[in-house]
This record gives sequence, C-alpha cells and structure tokens, in this order.
Amino acid sequence: MNGELLRDLVPAVTGVLVRRGADFAAAEDAVQDALVEAVRGGPEGPPQDLRGWLITVAWRKFLDAARADTSRRRREVRVEGEPVPGPAEVVDDTLWLYFLCAHPALTPTSSVALTLRAVGGLTTRQIARAYLVPEATMSQRISRAKRVVSGVRLNQPGDVATVLRVLYLVFNEGYSGDVDLAAEAIRLTRQLAAQIDHEEVAGLLALMLLHHARRPARTSPDGRLVPLAEQDRSRWDHHLIAEGVEVLQNALARDRLGEFQAQAAIAALHADARTVEETDWRQIVEWYDELVRLTDSPVARLNRAVALGEADGPEFGLAALVGLDPALPRHTAAAAYLHERAGDLVTAARLYAEAARSALSLPERDHLMRQAARLNYRP
Amino acid sequence: MAKYLLLKHYRGGPKPAVDWAPMDQWTPDEVDAHMRFMHDFGARLEETGELVDAQALSPNGAFVRYDGEGRPPVTDGPFVETKDLIAGWYIIDVDSWDRAVELAGELSAAPGPGGRPIHEWLEVRPFYGVPAAVPE
Repeated sequence: MNGELLRDLVPAVTGVLVRRGADFAAAEDAVQDALVEAVRGGPEGPPQDLRGWLITVAWRKFLDAARADTSRRRREVRVEGEPVPGPAEVVDDTLWLYFLCAHPALTPTSSVALTLRAVGGLTTRQIARAYLVPEATMSQRISRAKRVVSGVRLNQPGDVATVLRVLYLVFNEGYSGDVDLAAEAIRLTRQLAAQIDHEEVAGLLALMLLHHARRPARTSPDGRLVPLAEQDRSRWDHHLIAEGVEVLQNALARDRLGEFQAQAAIAALHADARTVEETDWRQIVEWYDELVRLTDSPVARLNRAVALGEADGPEFGLAALVGLDPALPRHTAAAAYLHERAGDLVTAARLYAEAARSALSLPERDHLMRQAARLNYRP
Repeated sequence: MAKYLLLKHYRGGPKPAVDWAPMDQWTPDEVDAHMRFMHDFGARLEETGELVDAQALSPNGAFVRYDGEGRPPVTDGPFVETKDLIAGWYIIDVDSWDRAVELAGELSAAPGPGGRPIHEWLEVRPFYGVPAAVPE
C-alpha cells in the first residue's frame, strides 16, 4: 500500500461511511482501524479489491463501535443495519466529505483545516506546518471542527459555492512549508471536478491552473516579487495554460457564467499574450464589467480601474478609482501605479511609500518600497 | 543553549548613532542591498543552527485596552509614523549572551544609504529557561 493510494482511498472510504449514516469522527476512527488490519495482513495476503475490502471492514468496525457505544450509553445510533457485502459504490463518496467539511456551521479557518485533513488526507503535522502554527493548535482546530459537524447527516449535497470558497482559500495560501497548498488545492479541485458536473467548479479549476502556470515566473531567485508586466513569459508553464484554457472554454460553453469563470477568463487573456504589449486590455475590462455585475465586489472594481487605465489611459483609471474606499487592500498601490503612468512621479512615489506601509506581505512591501525608491532617485 | 529575542525597534531605542533617512529616500540599489543583507542574515542563522524564528510586523495595528464591563475595548492608533515602532524580531538559540550580542551587532550593521551600516539599536532579551534537571 503506497501513500498516494491511501491518500485517495481513505477519504473515499470515510465518505462511504458518512453517507451511510456514521458520524464523521466515528467514520474516521473506523477507517483507521480497518487500515491497521489491512497493514497487519492476513494469511491470504492483501485483498485484491482494497477499496471494497476497506469499506466492508471499516463499516464492520464502525458498527461494532456504535453497538458498544449504544449499549454503554443506551443511545440510539442511526444506522440502517449492515448493508449486503458487495462491490463498492460507483459514485465516489469523497464528494460527500467535501460538503461536510465546508458545512456552513464551520468557520472558514476550520473548513480549510478539516478539508485538508479529511479530503486531502494530509496529516495534522503537515497542515500545521503549512499554516505555520503549532501542531497542537492545528490538532485542536481539527477536533473542534469534527465536533461541530459530528451531528450532521448528509442526505443531500450542500451548496457547491461553499466548497469552492474553501478550495479557493487553500489555493491562495500558496506554499510556505513542506506542503504546497496551491498544488494540493488543484488536486482537490480536479478531484471535485471529476465528480460533479458544475460550470463554476470548472471555472475555479481553470483559474487555479492559469495562476499556477505563472508561478515559476512570479518570484526571482532571491525571493523578489516580479510583477506580471515584467515576468519572463517563457517561464510560464504552457501545458498548464493550455489545460486551463480548455477547461475554461468547456465551462463557458454552458452559458452559465459565474465569478470564477470570469476571473479565469481574465487570467486566460493575460496568459494568451506573448508579450505584455499584446495584452487585450479592452477584453479584460469587459470581463471585469461582468465580474462587477456578478459580485458587486469593490476589489473587482479596483482591478477594473487598473485595467481601464491600461485600455483607455491612466486618467480614465484614476477617474474609476474615485468613489472606491481608499482603505481597500492595494487601493494605494493601484493609485500609485496610475499616477506614475500619468507622469505625476512625485505623487506616485509618495503613494508607493504609503502603500508599502499597508502591504499585506513582506515581498509586496519590499516591492512597493523599491518602486518608491526608484521614483525618488535623482542621480 | 539559551534563547534570546532580538527586537528590531526600527528607528527607536536609545539615542540614535546615525540618523538615516526613511527607506523610500534611498537609491534602489541601497534598498536592494539592505534587503539582501536581511535575507542572508536569516539564512546564515539557519545554517549555523541558531535560528528559532524570524518575523516582520506590519506597521498597521493599534493599542487596545479593556474599557469596563459591557463596553467594547478602547483602541488607539495606528501610529504608523511613530519612531519607536517594533518592526520585527529574530529569536535565536545560542550558547551564550556574548554570542547573542555578537549576532545583534552583526544585524545592526545592515547597510543603509551609501552602503554604510545603519547602526540600528537591537534590543536583546533573554527568554526564561526551564528549571535545571540537576539542581545545584
């Protein structure tokens, strides 16, 4: 049994148990017990159909534990009785775990941790390292999350939008430890897309692939942030881009636009341009119009203003900034950029320095500080 | 081994040895050199097995205190322009106080305008240790 196989099998088998009525924590325990039995092995060696075998054994373990629990606490456990042994369900029950882990009763932080643990099959230690928190903290966060969802019975799929938000959060965390969360988010979204036919799942997958494709060019070897316009486009992963574009086109063809598809379309237009000068800013502005229409998000309006500055000229971009809350993340940086394009270098330098002070990450702060220094420098 | 906190006070601390201009007034090369130094300093501590943690703090934030039962906490700030602003810290695990001071001295020599050391004050504070297993 290799680790990769188990990482797919464990969530799937846990999902089967949850769907049959086991509560989440009990299902996980039962699957662990079954694994121990599988590793120990019997005289007949490892089973041919490991998945089916695990489901059968884990379900038996769960029923044993539930019965013991029932007689001990005289509590009714909602199990329908032992199902007839047979081949595993065709539907991949991992899907149910996605919904459970993104349950609205959980905070986003808890949903993320539980999804990585239960669906992703990562260890608590790996998740803790990825989020730079002590293992005990992450362990506690996951246990609390499990308690919150332990009473939930899944008899219908939840809202796919909540699952997508969780996966999007995982993707945005990038990578800081020994686990590449962006790659993990892509793996989980791919798996979801294989199980559920939904245009926004495809949209999110396309968005992730298109952004991930640019990652090699986004930082210099010494850790500096390289803005899109200055990236070496030959270092983009063109296989990932091709895949992302194809996934997106199939999604768009269904004519049910959503925010992830719109964002992916913008990313695809950037990916399409062989040089920054070839960027089709006009179309990008149109996609931002769609995004604003779909989400009414101030962040989308801010990005639209920058795109408009490229398409029509910086003064149009600056005009579009008027009325937006200056406290929006990256508002000052966007204003600095547009002022620089408009030739007002003194204002631009002052705004870059101001933006550096409110930057959300160290590479971003350093980048903005360099921009300010560059404009202030009079040799 | 003992742990020490090297607290970066930005431009604060005792009387400054050198009154250098804010970083956005440096040349781009000077900014680069400073950031490279910081990056290398952390990497070097990791290599010698002395680094525990290094963190930088955003200047945004505020002072907060309790304001009585049933009332929301009082906030004051942010004080982004304050001179004595904690910019971040290193936590090191080293053999001696002398080694901690030596490392703080090196960190304080980070290059500024003209490539000259900025002489930043670092506050070095020992962590309380654990009670000895073999009491004297």
